Amino acid sequence: MIKNISNLGDAALYCDFGSEVNKSINSQVIKYFKTIKEKKFEGINNLTPSYNKLIISYDLKKTNFKEVKNYVENIDAEDSLNINSKKLEIPVCCHENFSMDMKRLEEILKLSRKRILENFLNKEYFCYMTGFIAGMPFLGDLDENMRAQRLETPRVKVPKGSVALTEQFANIYTFESPGGWNILGNTPLEVFDSSKEDKPNLISPGDTVIFKEITLDQYKNYNEQ
Amino acid sequence: MSNNYLDIIRPGINTTFQDKGRDYLYHIGIPFSGAMDNRNYLIANKLVNNNLESAVIEFAYQGPHIKYSGEKINCAITGDVIFSIKKKGTEIEGNCYESYQIENGDEINIISTNKSVYGYLALGGELDLKFQWNSCSINTKANIGSNNGKKLDVGQRIGLKKINSNKDIKKTNYINTKIENIRVIKGTNFDYFSEEGKKIFYEKEFKVSKLSDRMGMRLEGLKIDNIVNTNIKSEGLIKGVIQVPADGNPIIMLSDHGTIGGYPKIGVVASVDYDRLVQMSPGSKIKFKEINLSDAEILFKLYEMETQNLLSQI
Repeated sequence: MIKNISNLGDAALYCDFGSEVNKSINSQVIKYFKTIKEKKFEGINNLTPSYNKLIISYDLKKTNFKEVKNYVENIDAEDSLNINSKKLEIPVCCHENFSMDMKRLEEILKLSRKRILENFLNKEYFCYMTGFIAGMPFLGDLDENMRAQRLETPRVKVPKGSVALTEQFANIYTFESPGGWNILGNTPLEVFDSSKEDKPNLISPGDTVIFKEITLDQYKNYNEQ
Repeated sequence: MSNNYLDIIRPGINTTFQDKGRDYLYHIGIPFSGAMDNRNYLIANKLVNNNLESAVIEFAYQGPHIKYSGEKINCAITGDVIFSIKKKGTEIEGNCYESYQIENGDEINIISTNKSVYGYLALGGELDLKFQWNSCSINTKANIGSNNGKKLDVGQRIGLKKINSNKDIKKTNYINTKIENIRVIKGTNFDYFSEEGKKIFYEKEFKVSKLSDRMGMRLEGLKIDNIVNTNIKSEGLIKGVIQVPADGNPIIMLSDHGTIGGYPKIGVVASVDYDRLVQMSPGSKIKFKEINLSDAEILFKLYEMETQNLLSQI
């Protein structure tokens, strides 16, 4: 449930679902997100679900804080449409050509390359949210012994397709972008495709993702099959 | 390609097509985009008898040099812009907020914006552009929108699908006002900052850094000290949010911003001041002034009425 609603500036509602990050709070956020998106309240023009917050943006020419707050407080998100989530396998190549931060991770986590991959691959991760750059999924939770901080100095360019870790989360860089996460491998999959307007994101909040290792040869041939 | 088109002789440094932008896509990581200075965008379209939500050419600092080929068409430039129009060998200095009729072979040379950032060139007709999610606005970060999501380039040719039959010449006396203070509403992490930091935020001047673009405006000034945590759990952002990362220098999110961020939010720029904020060029001094939500709502209503009034007089 929403614990508190406040304003973020004069054109958005800030809905706080709590301070922890877990699946049950995030599922509440997603439920509200899907319900509001479905109902299309006049004036609401954007929604940003995250781990434990939902930001609802509105057009100040059409509505205001009081109206949107009143609306949100009175919607019934409990019996909303089922979440309709899917399970996806993501191929990832962890060849040294791609795993730029493997050495760093080995040192920080005090684990061998083999153990790091064993801990990371073939496990189910939950998609909490997508964003920052178009289509980037925030996946969790990593095992306790796999949690590393961001790089002290972020990279100016992280290659497209990079699979990276930070704290309890994994993500996939859908574009070349600046970034400070620890890069473990690379996926040949198109995780964001802007030509598919109705479904540009391969991974959506609520989905489950499993990383499956592929070899460098499989990686190279992936898009030619 | 139609018989009416533009050739880009010089693209300028930040030239894109923009319209009203695209909504309902924050959840997949796509921001609104759209014209940065909405009022000047609307006026440009009105001056050439366009639908107000038509696509225009937005430029920043140095603008494009364009050659037109085809039947007669109106054009207008808004903002604070230095430009010339070349007709059959004679070059005249152009005035903003005034429409001009151009014909086959004429050139528009947009030298630069003057003590401001963005300017708009509207053509009386419909540019032949690709739409993505109901908008042709170019987002160069995600390569979304018309022109494959990329800035305009030298040698490009852009067609016009339609030319307005209404070729009335129009003019308005609008002047871009500068404001002393940017009004802000307290952010959701305001209490993360020290008393001294909060005082600095509201009382001291900040300088607009060169590292500013359509995504964000970086500010330099006295360090705003954080006493709680320099990171928050990543959450949504909206345009106008002022984040303060660990180095203590504020960053204001602008129209092409990343949709999620993990730095504390000290404030949010009031919607009424957004158009004027984006026009503050690197080196300009900014001072923030706190206002409450209800004042921000009333001030925006007045600003919007003023915009409608300006448009109705054109």
